Amino acid sequence: MVDLKDLRKISDYEWEIPTSVRADMRVPVRVFASRALLEAIGGESSLEQAVNATTLPGVVGRVLVMPDVHQGYGFPIGGVAATELPHGVISPGAIGYDINCGVRLLASNVRLVDVEGSIGDLATALDAACPSGVGTGGRLKQEDRELERVCREGGEWARRRGWGTESDVARTEEGGVLADADFSKVGRRARDRGRTQVGTLGAGNHFIEVEVVDEVFDPAAASAMGLEEGFLTVLIHCGSRGFGHQVCSDYVKSFQAAVERYRIRLPDRELVCAPLDSPEGEAYLGAMRCAANYAFANRQVLAHHARGAFAEALRGRSREPHLHQVYDIAHNMGKIEEHVVDGVRRRVCVHRKGATRAFGPGFEGLPPEYRATGQPVLVPGSMGTASWVLVGTDGSMERSLGSCCHGAGRTMSRSRAKRTIHGGTLRQELEARGIRVRAGSMPGLAEEAPAAYKDVDAVVGAVEAAGIARKVARLRPVAVVKG
Amino acid sequence: MHARQGHRELEHTADWALQVWAPDMATVLAEAARGMYRLMAVVLDEGPRQRRRLELEAADRESLLVEFLAELLYLAESEGLAFDVLELDVAGNRLAASLEGAPIGSQSKEIKAVTYHRLEVRDTKRGIETCIVFDV
Repeated sequence: MVDLKDLRKISDYEWEIPTSVRADMRVPVRVFASRALLEAIGGESSLEQAVNATTLPGVVGRVLVMPDVHQGYGFPIGGVAATELPHGVISPGAIGYDINCGVRLLASNVRLVDVEGSIGDLATALDAACPSGVGTGGRLKQEDRELERVCREGGEWARRRGWGTESDVARTEEGGVLADADFSKVGRRARDRGRTQVGTLGAGNHFIEVEVVDEVFDPAAASAMGLEEGFLTVLIHCGSRGFGHQVCSDYVKSFQAAVERYRIRLPDRELVCAPLDSPEGEAYLGAMRCAANYAFANRQVLAHHARGAFAEALRGRSREPHLHQVYDIAHNMGKIEEHVVDGVRRRVCVHRKGATRAFGPGFEGLPPEYRATGQPVLVPGSMGTASWVLVGTDGSMERSLGSCCHGAGRTMSRSRAKRTIHGGTLRQELEARGIRVRAGSMPGLAEEAPAAYKDVDAVVGAVEAAGIARKVARLRPVAVVKG
Repeated sequence: MHARQGHRELEHTADWALQVWAPDMATVLAEAARGMYRLMAVVLDEGPRQRRRLELEAADRESLLVEFLAELLYLAESEGLAFDVLELDVAGNRLAASLEGAPIGSQSKEIKAVTYHRLEVRDTKRGIETCIVFDV
């Protein structure tokens, strides 16, 4: 376990674990957190997992830890690591099983006060329109040819079928598609699992929430995003479903042998990796991009279903209710990007696991309306608590590889949450606070209880104080739909 | 506290961890499968009963464990099947499994994957012990 005494204070919101802490560290770890959050982090093994991540061959700069970090498997959830091209490694476990798990925010022209009596109907309509639950299939069944199109085209695949707009696609990270996806590197099992799951939410911590814009902090950025106090939004959190899980599982398995071939020594087998320029590394990159594009398509289809449900449930209660996309962002992804690391501009593979991209103002890949504000960063809170819209800053480009936090971050184990929190009681408490709940599983609901998570406001306060993001708006949930 | 074989859930912040112990590797695999189905809260339909045969060969015992459980997850999701009768034969790092079960009637939890996180299959005085972390 890393001792908090080993950490060097850089500022009130930045802490460093120097390479002297363990002999096999290649680079230091930089933690973004307030002292209070740091003390909470210190109680579990996430910092040790961050130290383990510094042993990845080719890692440059620092391994970064966000304030919402918690222990994961291999690589911490809330961690960021960049490895240099061409010989640095790529590690599937440092991206996660749910490849391109992410969040999409849609904003509406409907005021909460005008439809307060219809929020229950809206929750029911969203629940009915968006298939959710364990292993649930959707309305589509795709043979290899169509599945390959999903994997190559991502969000654009859905748009072409009438399930999205050009603005949706433009307001998605990377335009909703990672280039160089290679379907031939996706195994049969992943294909089988992927055939029926485009347009499904899944289970676990995935959700659709209806939220109201509670407070605007940056009027100019909020206006660029179409966010106004008192208006409703819809937040969708999900990923690449069984397709991505299987892609990651297949490569974690095959990389067990790759590390032997490339004589890579690691402190944890879950960190297995292969050089980016090796046949194994290239194969995983090609397959991972397929799963990333699958997830972009998935959230695009879900957004389409959500729009239909929104219009249907609120028809007659509001004038032409509609939802426009604010942004869609991944928080489990590996991307080839350019960053200035240790004073040198380098091409690196940025592994973000439980961390989002947060590019600052001026980045060319952003749609024109966001170039002055910086990239929107979506930070869902725990169920029933606030969610946040932030933007990336110059500081995030300089100090956090253009990255930011992804949520509140768990503090309580699932087994303890299940023992101490009763799903039915929690549902009543949420309903008493005016939050409508549609959940497939009560024990599943209990595991995601707000008490099992950190305070999202403290997490967001820490990234803003550290200068790697800026607050735009806080959202308050009024309905939760879960598998 | 230990019977000769068994499993129990351990604390893990984000994911699920399962401790498994048994006198031999075949029983470790069977216990791990039962434990995993229990975490997923799988309830089988009464019928029709289904049989599957499975043969796996892995580089070591840890990989054999991960690959076996991953195969069961795949069968649960792609075919909607789970198994309550597991006849397993392990020789070295090879597994021959004869599985009997039924369609899944209900399942309230989703396991995304079986991980290698700190995975170690250890020989102890009582037999074999391990701890598996699942991504959920």
